[in-house]
Amino acid sequence: MYELTIAQAHAKLQAKEISAYELTKAVLERIKAVEPQVEAYLTLLEEDALKQAQKIDQKGDFNKPLAGIPVAIKDVYCTKGVKTTGASKILENYVPPYDSTVVKKLKDAGAIILGKVNTDEFTMGSSTETSAFATTKNPWDVTRVPGGSSGGSAAAVAADECLFALGTDTGGSIRQPASFCSCTGLKNTYGRVSRYGVMSYASSFDTIGPLTKTAEDAAIVLEAIAGVDPKDATTVDKKVPKYSQLIQNDIKGLKIGVPRDFFIKGIDSQVEKITRDAIDKFQKMGAEIEEVSLPMTKYAIATYYLLVKAEASTNMARYDGIKYGHTTQDPKAKELADIYAHSRTEGFGDEVKRAIMMGTYTLSAGYYDAYYLKAAKVRTLVKKEYDEVFEKVDVLAAPISPVLPFKIGENVEDPLAMYLVDAFTTPINLAGICGLAIPAGFAEENAKKLPVGIQILGPQFGEETILRAGHQFQLHTDYHLQKPVI
Amino acid sequence: MLTPDEVRYIANLARLNLTEEEVQKYSEQLSSILNYVEILKEIDTENVKPIAQITGLSNVKRKDSVSSQKLSEELIKCTPQGIEQNQVKVKSVF
Repeated sequence: MYELTIAQAHAKLQAKEISAYELTKAVLERIKAVEPQVEAYLTLLEEDALKQAQKIDQKGDFNKPLAGIPVAIKDVYCTKGVKTTGASKILENYVPPYDSTVVKKLKDAGAIILGKVNTDEFTMGSSTETSAFATTKNPWDVTRVPGGSSGGSAAAVAADECLFALGTDTGGSIRQPASFCSCTGLKNTYGRVSRYGVMSYASSFDTIGPLTKTAEDAAIVLEAIAGVDPKDATTVDKKVPKYSQLIQNDIKGLKIGVPRDFFIKGIDSQVEKITRDAIDKFQKMGAEIEEVSLPMTKYAIATYYLLVKAEASTNMARYDGIKYGHTTQDPKAKELADIYAHSRTEGFGDEVKRAIMMGTYTLSAGYYDAYYLKAAKVRTLVKKEYDEVFEKVDVLAAPISPVLPFKIGENVEDPLAMYLVDAFTTPINLAGICGLAIPAGFAEENAKKLPVGIQILGPQFGEETILRAGHQFQLHTDYHLQKPVI
Repeated sequence: MLTPDEVRYIANLARLNLTEEEVQKYSEQLSSILNYVEILKEIDTENVKPIAQITGLSNVKRKDSVSSQKLSEELIKCTPQGIEQNQVKVKSVF
């Protein structure tokens, strides 16, 4: 039962073929069976989840598509009365007194919250290895990373430890783990979904979205969580389309651009072949393929890291040992400033400290123009390039990660190498557009099958089109149906 | 190139205490990242305006009204410091 998609489970719940309790119980048992290998969860809410399921069964109303559907939440979403750590020691025992808007929406829709899943500390990372609490494994090969930062979410979906999960994407944190673990991941347009109550990393980039088993499920979840929120002033007051219906239309005549700048030297040959094969598949399905150029792509990483680390350093300033979270017990901390420094030093991990240092430097007097302002100007040029390309084509199809899922520990000592892994995902966040990761095939390394996804990119608020392309692709392929052996 | 002294100065601004080992490490790592971002000098941004709000929203307003009095009390209770008269009590500033 735990292998069901949202759409399948919904149909069975509505027909009373299964109960929410049975479904939740089956997923919880699956979690118990595979969690020792995968380590996706930081907090499991077994009793709560079963109680919620029973309540919904008693009411017996399964008309809402997420009613009775078990979900895993990335541990950066505030959940009322449930520990929310950001995978950081500084929030090790933090219990928020309120729900993030999206969690509240899921609860109102009847979804069953199974627990909180692992992430890189405050989402800073591409492998989930910077988590202070656990090393999540890739269900396809447990010696490898699940990607990140939403690695817990992706691993939980891939290992059938939930029907879907919520993630966040600041520079690829939904799409890259989706690709590494062979699930579907939706990075929404900036402002499509409220971020109220979700821990900030880089506020002009952060977006919220689901990781699911199918594009159809992603459409169902988006319908439930999208929309304007007075508590998040960056949400845009635009109608939320019926994504799950619109994706049923075919893609004949859809213009798909293939950015040549994403097929550069250094991209893994198997990744390139799988991406090109997927594009051929789209062509056979009736899409028109056109090569396009996005020459700013090679500047994306530098632009992205300058802006994001600067914003991160300001966002991390709120963790001061005073308002909430960890505070130092060191007797040497006598004055207020000592409390700040000691608490932060004890609470933050290495990558977060590096981000704070980098951001504080580039924002400090005398350097702002050379770094932050320069990068903010380059961002304008990146956005312009995407605006122009979407006048010519409807969507873009491109690789997500230049490399295959890498080994645990392989990149941790070299931050720059880790950053370069994000070369194809960060431009999308610079431009604020939307992207959908879908499974596109499998590479082979040392006789192991390793997943490879591609991303379909759309203009701002073009979710309907990328979800349609993804759903239609999944109607014609079976990569998304394949399961890891755990 | 970031010197160890610059790293110490930045750490103080950022309210972080670094060990000598960390000062060395960040000095090398941050220098290598700063060296990498030099690539942006290739781009002419002479007449380009910087962007911060990517969907073009500006001056989004809402009513300045209290929506949850109860929550503010619960939020104050989150402090690891002492509470006095519904306020967080901190150590002396100097």
